[in-house]
Amino acid sequence: MSTTVEASHHSGTGENYLTAGYGLKSWLMTTDHKRIAILYLLSISLFFVIGGLFAVLIRIELLTPAGDLVSADSYNKLFTLHGLVMIFFFLVPSIPAVFGNFLIPIMIGARDLAFPKVNLASWYVFTIGGLFTFAVVLAGGVDTGWTFYTPYSSTYSKTAVGLTAIGVFITGFSSILTGLNFVVTIHKMRAPGLTWFRLPLFIWAHYATSLIMLLGTPVVAISILLVFLERVFGIGIFDPALGGDPVLFQHLFWFYSHPAVYIMILPSMGVMSELIACFCRKRIFGYSFVAFSSLAIAVLGFLVWGHHMFTSSQSIYAGMVFSILTMMVAIPSAVKVFNWAATMYGGSISYETPMMYAFGFLGLFTIGGLTGLFLGALGLDVHVHDTYFVVAHFHYIMVGGAIMGYLGALHFWWPKMFGRLYPEAWAKLSSIVIFIGFNLTFFPQFLVGYLGMPRRYHVYPDEFQIFHVLSTAGASILAIGYAFPVVYLIWSLVRGEKAGPNPWNAKGLEWTVPSPPTTFNFDETPVVTEEAYDYSRPVEGKVV
Amino acid sequence: MSNFHDGVVAHQFDDAEQQKETVNLGMWSFLITEVMMFGALFAAYGFYRFKYPQAWIEGSNYLDYLLGAFNTAVLICSSLTMAMAVHAAQHAKRKQIIVFLILTIILGGVFIGVKVVEYADKFEHHLVPGHNFSVDSPFANQVELFYSFYFIMTGLHALHMLIGFGIIATLVVMAYRNRFSEAYYAPVEMTGLYWHFVDIVWIFLFPFLYLIGRG
Repeated sequence: MSTTVEASHHSGTGENYLTAGYGLKSWLMTTDHKRIAILYLLSISLFFVIGGLFAVLIRIELLTPAGDLVSADSYNKLFTLHGLVMIFFFLVPSIPAVFGNFLIPIMIGARDLAFPKVNLASWYVFTIGGLFTFAVVLAGGVDTGWTFYTPYSSTYSKTAVGLTAIGVFITGFSSILTGLNFVVTIHKMRAPGLTWFRLPLFIWAHYATSLIMLLGTPVVAISILLVFLERVFGIGIFDPALGGDPVLFQHLFWFYSHPAVYIMILPSMGVMSELIACFCRKRIFGYSFVAFSSLAIAVLGFLVWGHHMFTSSQSIYAGMVFSILTMMVAIPSAVKVFNWAATMYGGSISYETPMMYAFGFLGLFTIGGLTGLFLGALGLDVHVHDTYFVVAHFHYIMVGGAIMGYLGALHFWWPKMFGRLYPEAWAKLSSIVIFIGFNLTFFPQFLVGYLGMPRRYHVYPDEFQIFHVLSTAGASILAIGYAFPVVYLIWSLVRGEKAGPNPWNAKGLEWTVPSPPTTFNFDETPVVTEEAYDYSRPVEGKVV
Repeated sequence: MSNFHDGVVAHQFDDAEQQKETVNLGMWSFLITEVMMFGALFAAYGFYRFKYPQAWIEGSNYLDYLLGAFNTAVLICSSLTMAMAVHAAQHAKRKQIIVFLILTIILGGVFIGVKVVEYADKFEHHLVPGHNFSVDSPFANQVELFYSFYFIMTGLHALHMLIGFGIIATLVVMAYRNRFSEAYYAPVEMTGLYWHFVDIVWIFLFPFLYLIGRG
């Protein structure tokens, strides 16, 4: 790592970060944030496919009221692995580890993250955690649900809980290292003139996300470790038979795992601000409100964990406080949605694929968010607790919000990452297929949940079948919608039209550098003289 | 932070000043994650202590507070020698750096030695939860819970010390190879912060575990 600044002045020769080295070693030993982003992109895509396969099996099983495809035990393992893989190995790392890694240094005019080797280490830690998860599958799976509730997980489950716990524990550190790197980078590595209130809102969102990663992840790490120790050594931290309290585990677990929801959605919100500003050709309305609402969500997110425990012996007064605090999260979330809508008002909107995903996000996140208020209401939650209403709600946030944002980001920055344009018509079509498939999958779940279908059951009464048939049909459409981008994005790597440095005529430092960027991003450290998204001024970025 | 081993400003930084500030903030951020990790343990400990005050006093009384006090003193001394090592590094006094670092390891070793004696004693007196535990008490289960926390908290603390030994040993080698200068001593300073943090954890552990109900 003794390369000096002078070594970075080698662009103009046509070399970029992808062509800087070809061997396997040049990838596995890289400290370039852009290459590490690509490593993460490959890893989490693999996990997305695996998690998706579990979901497919779940949906096929639920097609009929009887448990005819898999046994009850296998079904428990399927939904557990689906949750584990999708949350810890796809959603939590998705946008931060891929687009945060790739873009944060470029957006703030830096040559790399603050700690490039730590960044690489985070990917290795993630990979080791992932290998543990593969081992869990080989060892026969795990059936506790992704929530590891004690004392079932610590005492009674006969499955590979210990192995899973270690895998999640290890993976947590990759998240901590990424968050740490981002916080320090955003504080200390900004280019001259790039003040906090000139930062793209993508950066603000990642800053808030990173704070949650730093403060929350160590807590879940130690909680999972306690479950592991209890299981292996037979001690009784959470075992009521030995004087422990299982509800304490729920408190510790949700202290991280509720904020973790915001780890998954905040980066997506950051992406939204970039997309909407670009495709409406306007500065984001109420920039500072959108920026601070990210921090407000991060802070409030730490104070609402009790709303997962309205039915687990928590005092009614604690429940009331948690209920009110939960409602308060709606305020900064709504600030964002209204400000994005206000940005569109009077903007010259164009309907490229990333913007299609932005529209999808706005509608789906709003439905997901508003149904969150139902669940935060103390009385109503008792009725819908642990039903498909909850399942539908968080899928509207996770899939409708986070994954729409992820796909929007993937299309928006794909030309920057690989220097090629994807086929617009195919991309637009698949965004519509995904939107339709998503709604058909999850909207019926609100209805069947409200009628009383509990989550995590593989058999159900006949009268619920129509909803499950609709849901499974939607999931099939969704799967096709997800398959399209895999094909045309890979195709575009070879056949796609070459993208210039700024195919969207967008504002932002990342659009002033070549596509793909060179290893050190900038020949000279840029000096920033304008606000973010200042579309009233002509777009620069013809630099090659 | 092995990024900066050769004293050259790493490629991502503009100058040494930026590098120094960044490394500092990185270390403090890391320590915050450590505070949260131990914090969750302390919170769980606190919850049970208020739930089972009598059992906590009983459990605490089986611990040898004199050994605990001795170890506290040893650890505070090791913090002093660590601070001296950082001071020596700032003035690029190579021999002093090495001497103070080795003294820090020795004092840390004494601490771990005493800890081993204490752990062995628990095994002998059937105070190891889940393995062999029997106390004559109406709250035997809860006392066992106290000892679960005793082993997990002091164990995690000891693990941090062992990791610290590894890092300090690396620093000794680096100092021996004359890698530090007045412009470049960040690894020693950062390790110092880590070591002080580990000491502070013990400063909380000692009264919380050894001194309950002795007032």
